Amino acid sequence: MIPLTHYLIVSACLFSFGIMAVLTRKNAVNVLMGIELILNSANLNLVAFSKFSSANLNGQIFAVFVIIIAAAEAAVALAIVLSMYRIVKTVNLDQADTLKG
Amino acid sequence: MHPYLLRDLHLFYPEIAITVTLLLVVVADIVLARVRGKITFFLTALGLMVAFALTVPLFGAGERTLFFGMVALDPMAVFFKGFLILTSFLVLLAAPGSRELARSHLGEFYALLLGVTLGMLLLASSVDMLMLFLSLEMVSLTSYIMVGYLRDDRQSNEASLKYILFGAVSTGSMLYGITLLFGLTGTTKMAAIREVLASGVAAPNGMALLVSTALILAGFGFKTAAVPFHFWCPDVYTGAPTPVTAFLSVAPKAAGFATLIRFFFTGLSETTPGSTQWSAFPALNWSFLLLIVSIITMTLGNIAALRQDNMKRMLAYSSIAHAGYLLMGTVVLSSEGVQAVLIYLITYLFMNLGAFLVVIEIFNRTGSFDLKDYGGLYKRSPFLTIAMTIFLLSLMGIPPFAGFFGKLFVFGAAVNRNLAWFAVVGALNSVIAVYYYARVIKTMIMEPSADGRRIQLPWTSQALVWVMLLPTIGMMLVWDSIQKLTNESMKLFLGS
Repeated sequence: MIPLTHYLIVSACLFSFGIMAVLTRKNAVNVLMGIELILNSANLNLVAFSKFSSANLNGQIFAVFVIIIAAAEAAVALAIVLSMYRIVKTVNLDQADTLKG
Repeated sequence: MHPYLLRDLHLFYPEIAITVTLLLVVVADIVLARVRGKITFFLTALGLMVAFALTVPLFGAGERTLFFGMVALDPMAVFFKGFLILTSFLVLLAAPGSRELARSHLGEFYALLLGVTLGMLLLASSVDMLMLFLSLEMVSLTSYIMVGYLRDDRQSNEASLKYILFGAVSTGSMLYGITLLFGLTGTTKMAAIREVLASGVAAPNGMALLVSTALILAGFGFKTAAVPFHFWCPDVYTGAPTPVTAFLSVAPKAAGFATLIRFFFTGLSETTPGSTQWSAFPALNWSFLLLIVSIITMTLGNIAALRQDNMKRMLAYSSIAHAGYLLMGTVVLSSEGVQAVLIYLITYLFMNLGAFLVVIEIFNRTGSFDLKDYGGLYKRSPFLTIAMTIFLLSLMGIPPFAGFFGKLFVFGAAVNRNLAWFAVVGALNSVIAVYYYARVIKTMIMEPSADGRRIQLPWTSQALVWVMLLPTIGMMLVWDSIQKLTNESMKLFLGS
């Protein structure tokens, strides 16, 4: 059986990759992918902890809710990116620079 | 159906009223195509009034939880429900008078406002980390859309994009922190987390606990606009339609503080019965973390506000600074500090919404948010000038206006917990803040104006400014009842 630590290491890696994608990518859609990685690393944590703690299903139920939230967030975020694209004709975040100071 | 669910239902009436209104507004907006602008407005106003009326009787319901320990019903939750509904109501009244929003269709705006209000009511009362995360996302997702409500406006879209990217990362980090905390304590209930921490089982994992708390703080910091999670704040406040900015500067911030106090006091602090002081667990000493955040937040907010020429941007940094003062009331970890936060929020509601209201009115006439266009306002509209001056003096914390009492209580709470140096830092910050607020007053009164035309206000706008002005001036006249109200409202549900 795979021990809990392995799950946690994978999820920590996923989380770090997600943060890295958010910080380095210029394309708004790529940043959204990074955000999905962050949410899914949390899901992995939840399910792993739930499996290894004393028959507690709380974590798995939590994970289902997180999946729903991730879908809602992606829908809203893509709508906003699309709306931005209509005006600026690009999804490059460097072009979103009219608000400064 | 489980009998407990039905039994608790009557304690959930405010939320139900808002949900029903939300559905009615959506339907009315589609069905009644011709008169919908007016009818959705009145429906929303009515729904919020009914919800407020249903909230008041809950004040005596004691301290307990509903729906299997998901949300708490205690005086603090009821206080924040009333506060948040009132804020939404005042912003609703201000929305139709704004020229920015006048071009777009407002039916959906009212529906979104109700949605975010519902989310905030749940956020202010959630005692389970799952509920906390869900309601936090509900508030965030709806406010992202509200910020980008001007679909053809580049700045509004850009603000919305920045807001959602920053918000998604912050709440994602918070979620990761919550999962770690769940793993370390084996529960998502705040009171149960405290019991596990008190039992010392999790003590060997002190570092992991601290990391998870810091990650959770990212979400709270994002909602309350505290450094270093404040980067979205100036851009979003500038790009969003001004009524939305006014709303964001008060309501989600207050809801954020409600849940922050609840999480840190119920979940991560210990107290002895009858004591008015809390303390962090030795295994998880988070209070220094909040202390540092508080000091940096107020200092950075005030210093960055000094060089702003755009009124909305200036008020954005000023609201970051105010988040610092509010954090100060939280981190002293005493019931006096919590009371100070509640008092501060009441005063902040009126003075900050009032200042934004004047900004809206001036934009309606001049089409500008630049400070230089406020020159000669004294000649153009003495009423707006005097109102703005009073709001700004109150934001500075000059007696006898409302803002003074908020600051007085926060600093007093710090001094009483032997953190006098902390109060001194806060007081020095208030001195810095005088400069940028006074600069606006000076511009309005002393600088010449390019446009000498007088500004005529419709009676509705004038009445609304008075609604904000009277509490800001007359707070001290009803001081006893405010003290009694906040004293009652401090009671938190602490059991499991």
